[in-house]
Amino acid sequence: MEIKSMSFKANAAGSLANVVLQGTLKNTKGKFVTKRAEAIKDLDDFEATRDAAAAIRNKVIDNLDLWLERFEQKALDTGATVLWARDGAEVCRLVTEIAKKHGVKKVTKSKSMLSEEAGLNQALEAAGIQPVETDLGEYILQINDNEPPSHIIAPVVHKGLDEVADLFHKVHGTPRKTDIPALTREAREVLRSHFLSAEMGLSGGNFLVAETGSVALVTNEGNGRMVTTLPKVHVVITGIEKVIPPLEDLSTLMRLLPRSATGQSISNYFSILTGVKKPEEHDGPEHLYFVLVDSGRADVVGSDFHAMLRCIRCGACMNHCPVYQTIGGHAYGWVYPGPMGSVLTPLYAGIENAIDLPHAATLCNQCGVVCPVKIPLPDLLRKLREKQTERGLRPLTERIGLRLWAWVAQRPTLYALAASFGARYLKWLAAGSDRIRVLPTAPEWTLGRDFPAPQGKTFRELYAARRKTASRA
Amino acid sequence: MARVRVGLFVTCLVDLMRPRIGFASLKLLETAGCEVIVPETQTCCGQPAWNSGDAPGAVALAKKAIAEFEGFEYVVVPSGSCGDHIRTEYPNLLAAESEWRDRATALASHTYELTDFLVNVLKVDSVPGDYAGSITYHDSCTGLRSMGIKEQPRALLAKVKGVQLKEMNGCEECCGFGGTFSVKFGEVSAAIAERKCDNVLASGAKAVVGGDLGCLLSIEGKLRRMGNETTQVLHVAEVLAGRV
Ligand code: SF4
Repeated sequence: MEIKSMSFKANAAGSLANVVLQGTLKNTKGKFVTKRAEAIKDLDDFEATRDAAAAIRNKVIDNLDLWLERFEQKALDTGATVLWARDGAEVCRLVTEIAKKHGVKKVTKSKSMLSEEAGLNQALEAAGIQPVETDLGEYILQINDNEPPSHIIAPVVHKGLDEVADLFHKVHGTPRKTDIPALTREAREVLRSHFLSAEMGLSGGNFLVAETGSVALVTNEGNGRMVTTLPKVHVVITGIEKVIPPLEDLSTLMRLLPRSATGQSISNYFSILTGVKKPEEHDGPEHLYFVLVDSGRADVVGSDFHAMLRCIRCGACMNHCPVYQTIGGHAYGWVYPGPMGSVLTPLYAGIENAIDLPHAATLCNQCGVVCPVKIPLPDLLRKLREKQTERGLRPLTERIGLRLWAWVAQRPTLYALAASFGARYLKWLAAGSDRIRVLPTAPEWTLGRDFPAPQGKTFRELYAARRKTASRA
Repeated sequence: MARVRVGLFVTCLVDLMRPRIGFASLKLLETAGCEVIVPETQTCCGQPAWNSGDAPGAVALAKKAIAEFEGFEYVVVPSGSCGDHIRTEYPNLLAAESEWRDRATALASHTYELTDFLVNVLKVDSVPGDYAGSITYHDSCTGLRSMGIKEQPRALLAKVKGVQLKEMNGCEECCGFGGTFSVKFGEVSAAIAERKCDNVLASGAKAVVGGDLGCLLSIEGKLRRMGNETTQVLHVAEVLAGRV
């Protein structure tokens, strides 16, 4: 997918001005946050479960090569084929090759963020293969000219009902309707023929189970079942970090994933798919392929950002992020939005291609406290800021300003002088009132709010004066 | 009993913008029987450098603050975020230099946020404040989530006779300040502040009170820009200390 993270600021301004988006953001925030808070109450020991989940993920990512080999061996034993993709381009090449090999004209897809990363739909189309998104949200985006998702769990969370009604009316040529069940029924009817005619199904994978060579899928619409069982070929595309050791670990992770993601104690559908169809079985694919994708993940192993590989893509961090809640997902400019996206985008798409993202956070740590696998997101964002500075990627004025400030702050006399000058300057700007309307030294602050006036003298000046009087008395 | 010797860390924002918060803190600690000193040479804890990716600057300022404050029995900070920077981040950012790391850890172990110190160390049973009216409390992010500051300010405010606490919706939600975030992404920051201010106003309280000046500047600035002229914006120390 094309990266638009460098225009974060302009994107964000657009989001703030988008009335429909602002409305949908208000609704969804309440929905996700409140539902999660309710759902975690029925876990006896939520914190201990988070610790256990983090430990499971650590166990894998600390020895990723080993677990991948185990998974590969088991998957091969079940009759699957395991392929490795270094990057998005390789994903596109491999999937197109598989499709061609099996004479595939149409591919039904259930949600896969990696296919977004790789821009797979465009590649398939270019090769004359028709991809059909079957997750309702993804389907809406696809028929809207391949619009990118704005959330990893709820891809159309940014859209209002009216927009969807217009879109269906236009694309399906049916009478316009705003009844949600009716709209859903309409999409279903369209998708049904695709489910039946597609020769290949493509899915992501929430977890890869090393013990059994299976893929675990968490969905709410049942489309995942159709995609993975009806066509004769099933292709699973996931990142190499998605492995978990034994099947049993799924129970721990599944206690957290739906609760953190949508506030459900369990998703509507949960499938564990193992191997190709056996002679005595009635359904399932004849050919099963795993495309395991690196795309920057291997470089993160053992780095300062290692903990990020624990991520189970629940979306809780963005749902709870004050910045995401304010601007939505598109502003972040790539596949992954919110705090996890602000870490992943620089790591996977290049630190120099997402200069603003690590700074686009208040470091309030709301994400860190809700993350089911305890990823210290604010620490990782700060670390990325440090890397940017080390590599000289920040604007020169900012770097000089910071260095100068830190230099002065190490020299108390100079600092005292600068502070008392600053206090007087700000007081002067307030021109006798209690506020500054335009702050020339930090104009961003006063774009949307005033800057309160200072008292006018610094604490240290007043304190010194007071001590002098006290010692004289 | 010998008086407790406290080093008061006056944050750079308090120094520049609201000295009265520093004096209110001083008064609270002195009233509670402490001997309080603000080292003349202290400047800033270095958090802005650390959060902006300037590790060398942050390390230098951390060492400076450690040297200035390690001699005190306790270090008290009228800010959850600066307090946490000293308590949690100093040992982290000095992890590579064992001598400094140990000194940082030692300092961290006796550094407290102001209300936490008053409640959990000094166990004060009265405060000099005489504020009369309803207030709503904004829980600043770092104080709340990293230092566990939640009940302490409320317990102290309950000791001010005229104060009536009216909790707002989303009192634990971020106000949008975020340090340099507020000057890098001003519009987003102000939009987040607006939600906070809506909640403040909906509470109907006469004043919004908090423990971190950064947040308070953001909230006050937004309230005024929204046309609200009446809601007071106060640091918890000001309410607790009364006139200084
Ligand atoms: S970083 Fe944590 S909270 Fe965010 S999506 Fe990943 S697992 Fe969920």
